[in-house]
Amino acid sequence: MFKKNVKAWLYLLPAILFLGVFMVYPLIDVLIYSLEEGYNSASQSYHGVGLFNFSYVLHDPYFLQAVKNTFVLVIVTVPLSTILALFISLGLNSIKPLRHMYQTIYFLPYVTNTLAVGLVFMVLFKKTPYSEGMVNLLLNWFGASSVDFIDGPYWAKMFVLCFYTIWVVLPFKVLILTSALASVDEHLYKAARLDNTPKWRMFTKITLPMISPMVFYLVITGFIGAFKAYSDAVALFGTDLNAAGMNTIVGYVYDMLYGNSGGYPSFASAAALILFAIVLTITCINLLISKKHVHY
Amino acid sequence: MKIRLEQLTKKFPNRNKKQGEFVIAVNNFNFEIPDGKLIGLLGPSGCGKSTALNLISGLEKPTEGKIFFGDDDVTNLPPENRGVGMVFQNYALYPHLTVQQNIMFPLQNLKGKDKLSKEEMQRRALEAAKLVQIDMLMERKPSELSGGQQQRVAIARALVKMPRVLLLDEPLSNLDARLRLQTREEIRRIQKATKITTIFVTHDQDEAMSISDMIVVMKDGVVHQIGKPQEVYDHPTNLFVATFLGTPSINVFRGRVQDGQLAIGGENVLSVPGVPNRDVICAIRPEGFLLDEKGPFTLGLERMEVMGRDTSVVCTHEDGVSEVIRAIVRTDSVVDEEKETVRFTLIPSKVHLFDPETEEDLPFMA
Repeated sequence: MFKKNVKAWLYLLPAILFLGVFMVYPLIDVLIYSLEEGYNSASQSYHGVGLFNFSYVLHDPYFLQAVKNTFVLVIVTVPLSTILALFISLGLNSIKPLRHMYQTIYFLPYVTNTLAVGLVFMVLFKKTPYSEGMVNLLLNWFGASSVDFIDGPYWAKMFVLCFYTIWVVLPFKVLILTSALASVDEHLYKAARLDNTPKWRMFTKITLPMISPMVFYLVITGFIGAFKAYSDAVALFGTDLNAAGMNTIVGYVYDMLYGNSGGYPSFASAAALILFAIVLTITCINLLISKKHVHY
Repeated sequence: MKIRLEQLTKKFPNRNKKQGEFVIAVNNFNFEIPDGKLIGLLGPSGCGKSTALNLISGLEKPTEGKIFFGDDDVTNLPPENRGVGMVFQNYALYPHLTVQQNIMFPLQNLKGKDKLSKEEMQRRALEAAKLVQIDMLMERKPSELSGGQQQRVAIARALVKMPRVLLLDEPLSNLDARLRLQTREEIRRIQKATKITTIFVTHDQDEAMSISDMIVVMKDGVVHQIGKPQEVYDHPTNLFVATFLGTPSINVFRGRVQDGQLAIGGENVLSVPGVPNRDVICAIRPEGFLLDEKGPFTLGLERMEVMGRDTSVVCTHEDGVSEVIRAIVRTDSVVDEEKETVRFTLIPSKVHLFDPETEEDLPFMA
């Protein structure tokens, strides 16, 4: 039996080796770290085994702040970006002239570097002793007072982070949804038109159900992506996210390992596992809902 | 509902400008479709028949001309207000809805005084489903139906709102041969039962001939002949109509009329009084050949093909335009296959003469 399959195993070996070394082993290691209490990376020793790391992380105000930030980010950006992308794709689908130009423009953010975009957003939003920032100038022009979006109140910073995230994830969603819309059989619309179907009903009864698999794909990957957000916050608020109060769960994990307060792989592992549990739960819920509402 | 087309023309801008500014898909249609009839719009692929249907449905706007439903000018009426039911070639059923929801879809669009109660909609949907005999499949999704069943659902959906006109675009082309025969009978039955003026588009002349009250033969956007199927078959106005109708197709020869005698390959094969001396194109239906050892028309014998119902004698002739000549004879006919030639007498009504230039019919006294 084994002899017969030896060639097959041989072919699989490189993949198994890489996956084992870089995926499976670290995953198990994370689990072990998270259970080792008082682990010291210098001496590689620990006092005991238990759930203290989880308890510590769950009581850490920085972690709670990070969880709150992450959830706000997820709840605001995923639905908003999906709905926005849907409207933009519908618009793109219904115009003929310059359609390709618009498609290109909408796709630009996708190929732009995160940090470069972060810099642009800094210019737009940051208030310095020398300048108010573009957005504030606009606000002033409308008669509102300036807000410091980068170092100011929590809601302002959150607004910028959400704005930024939506702007970055939009192109991919627009791309997916425009192609999904284009693949809906036009005869369905013709048939509906002959039957005097109102525009809105065509959208809700034909378009949405027909593209529902793609919408749910975007929602699920959007949730996962938003839960893993980190670099966006860094691009906007710098590396000391705890001080800015804008840390995310992944940011917290990173800080626990390498940040200024770092050197605690056990805490980092515990936080990472908590994040994993959250993402898994949400994805399962998503899949359950999608079973009910996605056709085919 | 009577349908009248007046100088109906549809031009599409040509993508390849070298071939001219426009492609004329429908060229100056002038005809009237009587109320309650089944009309077959027949022509080869790309002849503009689907465009003609789309013009009647309103999905396309005509470049010129007018369309009347009864006495109403509907030319500028948007498709949703024309009251047409249409069955698309791919059926265009909503894949996420059940059969019942599909059939009820048009009814749910009714507003104002036409608005129906849920019970009424279900009753009408069931009625339409019963008419096409799919009432036991109401809870299925289209993907769980066979092609023929999907077709019926599409017809039921088109009929449920009681359209003034029913349009069918290549309704049978996605079905297998047996189902096609069955479904075309079905379409005929439904049309008879509902008495809705029905136009269907097909490239299959068998299909059109077998169920239509009237056929419209077209090519390259131009109507070539309109009439009852048998009339068009028996009296084609030009060579195209003659060759397009009939399977096996008509046999075409180069010939000459001299002193009232039709000569093909030097033999006087038929007397055709009333035609002046000239070169002609002669087309003879396969059933127009009668085996006759002393017959005037000699053909090279190729082989016999047994079809069960009848037998084809496959022949050749040096003046034949068609590659092989096919004569259909009774199965009990005796042909000596050892011989190189076979002789026939022609049935005058099955022989048609055409002008070689214009390809128009040249009538003769039979």
